[in-house]
Amino acid sequence: MRITLDSEKCQGHGRCYALAPTIFDTDDEGYAVLLVTGDGGELSPDQEAAATLAADNCPEYAIEVAP
Amino acid sequence: MTDVHTATGPDWATEFDHTSDAYADAAPEVWDELRATCPVAHSDAHGGVWLPTRHADISAIAHDTEHFSSEGVIVNVFKPYGLAPMGYAPPITSDPPFHADARRLLLPAFGPKAIASLEDGARATCRELLDELLAPGTDVVDAAREYAQHIPVRVIAAMLGLPKEDGDRFRLFIHRIIEKPGEYVGTIEPEDTLVHYLTQHLRRRRAEPPQDDLIGYLLATEVDGEPLRDEHIFGTLALLIIAGIDTTWSAIGASLWHLAQHPADRERLVTDPDVLPFAIEEFLRFYAPVTMARIAATDTEVGGCPVAERDWVLLPFPAANRDPEAFERADEFVIDRQRNRHVAFGLGIHRCLGSNLARLELTVAVDEWMRRIPDFELADEAAVRWSTGQVRGPRELPIRILRTAEVGA
Repeated sequence: MRITLDSEKCQGHGRCYALAPTIFDTDDEGYAVLLVTGDGGELSPDQEAAATLAADNCPEYAIEVAP
Repeated sequence: MTDVHTATGPDWATEFDHTSDAYADAAPEVWDELRATCPVAHSDAHGGVWLPTRHADISAIAHDTEHFSSEGVIVNVFKPYGLAPMGYAPPITSDPPFHADARRLLLPAFGPKAIASLEDGARATCRELLDELLAPGTDVVDAAREYAQHIPVRVIAAMLGLPKEDGDRFRLFIHRIIEKPGEYVGTIEPEDTLVHYLTQHLRRRRAEPPQDDLIGYLLATEVDGEPLRDEHIFGTLALLIIAGIDTTWSAIGASLWHLAQHPADRERLVTDPDVLPFAIEEFLRFYAPVTMARIAATDTEVGGCPVAERDWVLLPFPAANRDPEAFERADEFVIDRQRNRHVAFGLGIHRCLGSNLARLELTVAVDEWMRRIPDFELADEAAVRWSTGQVRGPRELPIRILRTAEVGA
């Protein structure tokens, strides 16, 4: 599974950082920063559940987790 | 248009008044009925106002700052004019491009990491209030007036650097501005207004040495080498006081109102503490307190309905949160809901600046209450009173305490 973050859509709701802090950080203004940057956003199997949770709780539909 | 009547109300599709008691009492049913039968309602109240209830329409408006201005965000027959792009309370009343700079000044103070540092203070406030509440022999308390309303007042006062004993005055100012807009005009002493209060306070602060709080920060901030204009500082402070108090008070009160009537949800919070963050989001979805508003910047349309330039449009985020097109089991409170893209804090560039603070306060308020008062019920269902206007929550909430627990026991 791969994860992508659309920073244009992110409005800093902070849900991803709260639910998946090993996958997302926030910048000083509260906008999401994706920590999984290598290999086209490929997630390790143990990250998939948290990544999906983050995507499912983003009010702006800014996160995509897909094969 | 289709007739939409609840048992006692007017024709909601054409005659709603969002500041009336009838609307406040039945709002979730009104939204559900309208969404199913007349998803973009219009009323002549307050000089004319539109009420969309579908998630898709509300989201489209919130994201469309070209056709919908934030120059006015609280529907009032006195419609703001000529104040764009700053508006009277930046950044909530600001439009692009001014909005981005005004918001960026405040974002760092309200980011998740900065707000996390306020948790200990917020917990101490809640514990202090519970200690006062649980005087020996007390079995009925008003959870709205004696608990929920004090929490955001104290937290925001500490953050801004205002005396916490001024809380009662803030609440009066807010009541006039949000709950009954327009009603008090011409009947208040000038000394007893938010304008006067803030003017006096800022004058004092400018004469004193700088302090490390949000007012100190705003007074010291420069944009492009210039200090902020007085009306900018003033408007931002008014916004932080107005926006941060009624709203959070409402969310805390509504959550306790729910728990008082749902023993299984109380039990779940006690036995499964990991569910708390999900429960908090579900409280926010199901009892989202805030309805915003916009003024149409041009002739446009909402969900196929023609909206004229300068028309008021309400953005009932709680109605979006109950739209079955956007949420599974939308009309059910699901304490451990895993997919929850609720819009309690709005959408787009005006996403609630204080959302991290509000979440912290709601989390701490519910958690501390449940630790001390794990079992409780409504003392008198008929005595519960909900606020009117664009911020919805219980203002009177008599609760009977069934069992208390010692903290740390």
